[in-house]
Amino acid sequence: MKAPAVDYIRPRSLTEAVDLLAHASVEARVIAGGQSLVAMMNLRVASPGLLIDIARLPELLTVTNYSDAVTLGACVTHAAIEDGRVADPSHGLMPRVASTLAYRAIRTRGTIGGSLALSDPAAEWPAVLAALDAEVVLYGSSGRRSLKCTEFTTGIFQTRLAQNEIIESARVPKLSADAGCGYVKLCRKSGEFASALAVVVTDPRRGYCRVVSGAANGAPLVLADTSRLVAEGPCDPGALRGTISGDLDRASDRHFDDFERNLHTVAAMRAVKQVLV
Amino acid sequence: MTGIHLHINGAAIVDDVPPRLSLADFVRERRNLTGTHLGCEHGVCGACTVLVDGEPGRSCLVLAVACDGRSVETIEGFAGDPVLAALRRTFHQHHALQCGYCTPAMLITARDLILRKRAGSEREIRDGLAGNICRCTGYTNIVTAIAEAAQEIGKEAANAQ
Repeated sequence: MKAPAVDYIRPRSLTEAVDLLAHASVEARVIAGGQSLVAMMNLRVASPGLLIDIARLPELLTVTNYSDAVTLGACVTHAAIEDGRVADPSHGLMPRVASTLAYRAIRTRGTIGGSLALSDPAAEWPAVLAALDAEVVLYGSSGRRSLKCTEFTTGIFQTRLAQNEIIESARVPKLSADAGCGYVKLCRKSGEFASALAVVVTDPRRGYCRVVSGAANGAPLVLADTSRLVAEGPCDPGALRGTISGDLDRASDRHFDDFERNLHTVAAMRAVKQVLV
Repeated sequence: MTGIHLHINGAAIVDDVPPRLSLADFVRERRNLTGTHLGCEHGVCGACTVLVDGEPGRSCLVLAVACDGRSVETIEGFAGDPVLAALRRTFHQHHALQCGYCTPAMLITARDLILRKRAGSEREIRDGLAGNICRCTGYTNIVTAIAEAAQEIGKEAANAQ
């Protein structure tokens, strides 16, 4: 179908964008790549009164390489990450993830900030950035604040983003030289949304290890016991399977059926295997 | 209505568009460039793929207003492009189209795969084509045609060095 009638404005600065968002008299939505929003408008699932186009704001395209982290502007595209055109704090994990995200024609326009803002439960970035212990930086009428990605996404399409706030960047800690990453996306066709995602990041030098399940019927699910087990090093596959199952069973609010529980277990086992060879 | 100024297939265009108008409908209905096809209109079928600032994009998911100041290439804009010329030839030789509806976007996607060196194996080509649906299910011949064009272009590039 065709998108419903809408007004459109392209502000010149982030401050102006936030001002427009805070003072709009109709439902205003921020648009960057539009790769979910325009699809939802075409399907008439979303019908905002005003689109505020932030895709070209220089503040949101900035990538800064700090000694301990990289901040990626919200409007950095998946394709820019895939191609290594921006600094990579993750030893190849983020480019690898980006290359599995939808299709190239979507990745050239879709943005990392847009993925976080929508927080589709099956999307890659919320889970991957949670596993990397990244923070999301929000800019709003009352200033700037940061939240851990593990706290930012609260449920299915639900986040702590306030109506007058825009995601400015994602701050991703740099991994140590000997850190390891595992990533598995289970889906029936290349580029589809995941049926199950598993992300493992181990960084012994920083005393850090986290295993996260994505596409998990809610916010990215940190597998706490599994993370502790993997931190200890190579483990018995039976013990690993049991620990993953325990973590999944404890997340009773996710209402996994047997098939889903099995998918998430297999994804997590394979992702852990990539790290503990 | 919002005023936009953009380049389509190299020509400068000035127009007024309602913000809800997609780039696909803009090129088809305002510019009569009907080689860009619309299948699903929500980013799944890939039939509307064009280049925006040199990169493939779904023209059903890009608003025409957001293309103000940008350059767009549709399938009509590749005269003289050596990669597309090779693809046209191999698509013809291998009968890589049946109804033809997906073909313009297949060609634009295949050209991008070849230029980014992502057409080195059948697996790579099939992965790269995952976002372009052919409901005649002619993928076998499409993949063969792209592999051959990629080889030709690769040889030419090696000879040129």
